[in-house]
Amino acid sequence: METGAGWRTISPGGVVTQAGNSVLYETGSWRTLRPIIHFDACSHCMICWLFCPDSAFLTEGKLLIGVDLEHCKGCGICAVECPKQCIEMVEEMAVRGGG
Amino acid sequence: MTLTTAQQRTKYVQGKDVALNGGQLVAHALRQMNPDLVAAYPITPQTVLMELFCQFVADGLVDTELLTVESEHAAMSACIGAAAAGARAQTASAGAGIAFMWELLWCASGMRLPIVMHVVNRSLSAPLNILGDHTDAMGCRDTGWVQLYAENAQEAYDNAIQALCIAEHPQVLLPVMECQDGFTISHAVQRVQLLPDEAVRTFIGDYQAEHSLLDLDHPVSFGANDDRNDFFWHKRQQWDALEHALDVIPQIGAAYGQLTGRPYGYFEGYRLDDAQVVLVVLGSVAGVARMVVEEMRSEGVKVGLLKIRCYRPFPAQAVADALRGATVVGVLDRSSCFGGQGGPLFLDTCTALYQRGLAPQTVNYIGGLGGRDIVPGHIRAVFQELLAIGRGHPVTRPMRFLDGPPPYDAR
Repeated sequence: METGAGWRTISPGGVVTQAGNSVLYETGSWRTLRPIIHFDACSHCMICWLFCPDSAFLTEGKLLIGVDLEHCKGCGICAVECPKQCIEMVEEMAVRGGG
Repeated sequence: MTLTTAQQRTKYVQGKDVALNGGQLVAHALRQMNPDLVAAYPITPQTVLMELFCQFVADGLVDTELLTVESEHAAMSACIGAAAAGARAQTASAGAGIAFMWELLWCASGMRLPIVMHVVNRSLSAPLNILGDHTDAMGCRDTGWVQLYAENAQEAYDNAIQALCIAEHPQVLLPVMECQDGFTISHAVQRVQLLPDEAVRTFIGDYQAEHSLLDLDHPVSFGANDDRNDFFWHKRQQWDALEHALDVIPQIGAAYGQLTGRPYGYFEGYRLDDAQVVLVVLGSVAGVARMVVEEMRSEGVKVGLLKIRCYRPFPAQAVADALRGATVVGVLDRSSCFGGQGGPLFLDTCTALYQRGLAPQTVNYIGGLGGRDIVPGHIRAVFQELLAIGRGHPVTRPMRFLDGPPPYDAR
């Protein structure tokens, strides 16, 4: 059963006063396809990072290092835009294992 | 202690007696309130109001940013955006215009923005009709807006000013609409009192929004998404705010009374004390009804009138208390709200009575739709039917239509 009485304390009108807290909402669970970066072909052009609507590409300095799986929704735009076509969208369930 | 005329003159702020119609008078209220933004789209019969306000803008009499948007939907959107940026935002509309902004009325109240809308009540098509009835405002009675109804231009003006104070009250923070009957009030020239600009400015005070999109030191997001829990809680909060509004509305009405000599509450009861039969009404028909009550009282008939001013939130306890002594209650609905057991005012009144164990006979009269006149003859016939019911006449039809000459109990 859901908890009650939270209405007294939540922000009236749903105004969010904590800047940038959308990062707390882990949308990675929505994913049905996961991007797999084939780094042997990756030129670190950052076009995937640029296009990602969820800012879900991880970088370190000038290098692309991976995908933020807590926020990647698996839209596949990165795979479409990658000039090296080195991003492969695979079935999330297959990668996770356990069906 | 009764005051002499001279004493009365000095006790209350001295306004200016003018001859204006309801639309013009509310345009003056808007000028005096000088909101940061007015976004509006023209629609009869709101036009007299906005045309005069636009003249004030053109003449440089206000600081208001006037946004002549492409639709009423855009008008309310603009008000919401402006209010979220901490501005005082107001608009005016009627009929289909109100309907066009319907989805945004929910946003305005859900976002707890103290927007004020001046409604010039008009029917909803089809068939096309541009004249006055309450269908437009009744169509949004569920939206979480506070709703005030005026009997005449003076009340519309007074409600317009108080609407802002009610909306911005920290215990309320809800949008408010104040309503005047299309044409009957909006276009009829009446003798009214215009308050001095300074008096209105002082009464409404300054507004400091708690949150503002333009406050870069305290960045906020408006219009966020809610999950199942939070949505329910936010709606619960809105109920709470409307309950607070029930306290705030008479407080502001009393303060206004101290300023002007015209105090306001939830409603105005007329000859209720020993009334056996009471008619409950909204809007300008109250003037006609009061006249008939006066006539019938002079004939020794114990009738009374309850003119509701604050319709949302519905002051159920106060209404029930006011009707406690009546054996028969008639409710006059001036709107087309189909499918229920009667019009909206009737439903609210009956529920208020029933919840408190009061069981007068109740009869609903639908009349005055689409600008159709309600004349003294109608009201007198209504009272006579209600009195007959009080004497044991069976209630053949609990919902009746004021169509043509009486009787109405078969229609």
